[in-house]
Amino acid sequence: MFGLDTLGRYVKLMQRTFSKPDNWRMFWRQLPKEMVKLGVDSIGIILIISIFMGAIMLMQTILNTESPFIPRYSNGLILRDTMLLEFASSIMSLLLAGKVGSNIASEIGSMRITEQIDAMEIMGVNSANYLILPKVVGLILCMPVLVTFSVFCGLLGGAGIAVFTDMIPLADFVYGIQYAFIPFYYTYSMIKGLFFGFIIASVSAFYGYYAYGGALDVGRASTNAVVNSSIAILLMNIILTRLMLT
Amino acid sequence: MIEVKNLYKSFDGKEVLKDISATFKSGEINQIIGQSGSGKTVLMKSIIGLFRIDRGQIWYGDRNLTDMTRKEIKLLHQEVGMLFQGAALFDSMTVLENVMFPLEMFSKTTKKEKIERSRFCLERVNLKSTQVSSLFPSEISGGMQKRVAIARAIALNPKYLFCDEPNSGLDPVTALVIDRLIEGITQEYNITTIINTHDMNSVMEIGANIIFIEKGVKAWEGSKDDIFTAHNEALDNFVFASNLYKKIRTSQTGK
Ligand SMILES: Nc1ncnc2c1ncn2[C@@H]1O[C@H](COP(=O)(O)OP(=O)(O)O)[C@@H](O)[C@H]1O
Ligand SMILES: [Mg+2]
Repeated sequence: MFGLDTLGRYVKLMQRTFSKPDNWRMFWRQLPKEMVKLGVDSIGIILIISIFMGAIMLMQTILNTESPFIPRYSNGLILRDTMLLEFASSIMSLLLAGKVGSNIASEIGSMRITEQIDAMEIMGVNSANYLILPKVVGLILCMPVLVTFSVFCGLLGGAGIAVFTDMIPLADFVYGIQYAFIPFYYTYSMIKGLFFGFIIASVSAFYGYYAYGGALDVGRASTNAVVNSSIAILLMNIILTRLMLT
Repeated sequence: MIEVKNLYKSFDGKEVLKDISATFKSGEINQIIGQSGSGKTVLMKSIIGLFRIDRGQIWYGDRNLTDMTRKEIKLLHQEVGMLFQGAALFDSMTVLENVMFPLEMFSKTTKKEKIERSRFCLERVNLKSTQVSSLFPSEISGGMQKRVAIARAIALNPKYLFCDEPNSGLDPVTALVIDRLIEGITQEYNITTIINTHDMNSVMEIGANIIFIEKGVKAWEGSKDDIFTAHNEALDNFVFASNLYKKIRTSQTGK
């Protein structure tokens, strides 16, 4: 990912990807399919992980901030801002890089090694555009929903702790998650989600598209896709935070 | 007609093709034969423009591929059909969708006409379109996959048809069926067809114009009838590698 040569090939592939589709009708047909495959099918795992992480994060903050000087509702506030600022965008994107990224890389990679991509090129189809654009656009469109959903599930997990344990009264928790809400944090989270969605889909597609060899190489491509899109997300996270919050 | 002139191609300094010149005629089967690794696939993909060549010219009629812009190559590709070694059917699509794919991309006809055209192409390669249309590539045999791939390749009425080892992995009977099919289609629609093969049966069945590639160099050209009397050492080593062909030569020439 970080070699200049690799970066150059990535940029070139993106230029081909973001050109005008040979046939818009085919693009509009692919887009919803990709949104289901990449977005809708990820809802389950996001649901489970966000609920449990929301629950455990609330428990940890309560356990570690027990002090007469800190009001109890502040635990709800901390959970809300952690979910909003980092978990729902960054951590969830790392998770998606593993699930969606490997899926994209192995799908495109196996099309490459079985010459399906060559077959498209021979027909005069811009294969990068046909295969990659709907994935990138589809995932980007899904991200705001997924991020919002993740925040919601995290708070739900916290509410579960409030309801089912005596660690924090529900009223305090509910008060806390509404206290001193900064709307820009939501915008910040959305913007990060959009960037990360782009990174996951495009970097993974890149590794799949340039796979060469056999089935083993497709596996390698998909590992590379996950590792490198995760690194790119972590770097981009620092850059975006520096730009938007400091 | 396709004319290749003084074509050179290397990968990272390693020369794979050296000074290849050849003429491929329309309405006839042109074959590129040679051992595995001799450069057949690279030559074919270079002619099509999937590989950028180092030097040389590739003429499609009066158009030189090496002078074409990316857009012109794209348009040329809509006149080209290709049959890949492993069929290369899109495995997320049904048989009918595979054949319809090039039509959906580029044809201005109505949906009904596209389906009809696809059905026609499937029937043309002797498949019952009602039976196979809704199956996925993984659900049909290798020979049927090849036929579907041919149907897809001819969907847009190509002027040029490229086949990379069309009968590899097929039993001799099915291989012959595929060969005959390609020959029939070539003659019927006056297509310029180029076939890569190392299968001598296929050469003796349908090879009209043959070029023999040995280690990236064109070592011989002629028709299937000239092969037994060519007296070219490299070619003889290739052709008479099997006892069967040695026996045929003995029975024909007494040697
Ligand atoms: N993409 C590539 N990069 C580097 N070398 C290649 C590539 N494709 C083919 N070659 C080399 O070119 C030579 C000819 O290969 P090929 O044309 O596939 O042979 P065949 O006659 O069996 O089709 C081989 O030595 C192969 O290693
Ligand atoms: Mg080959």
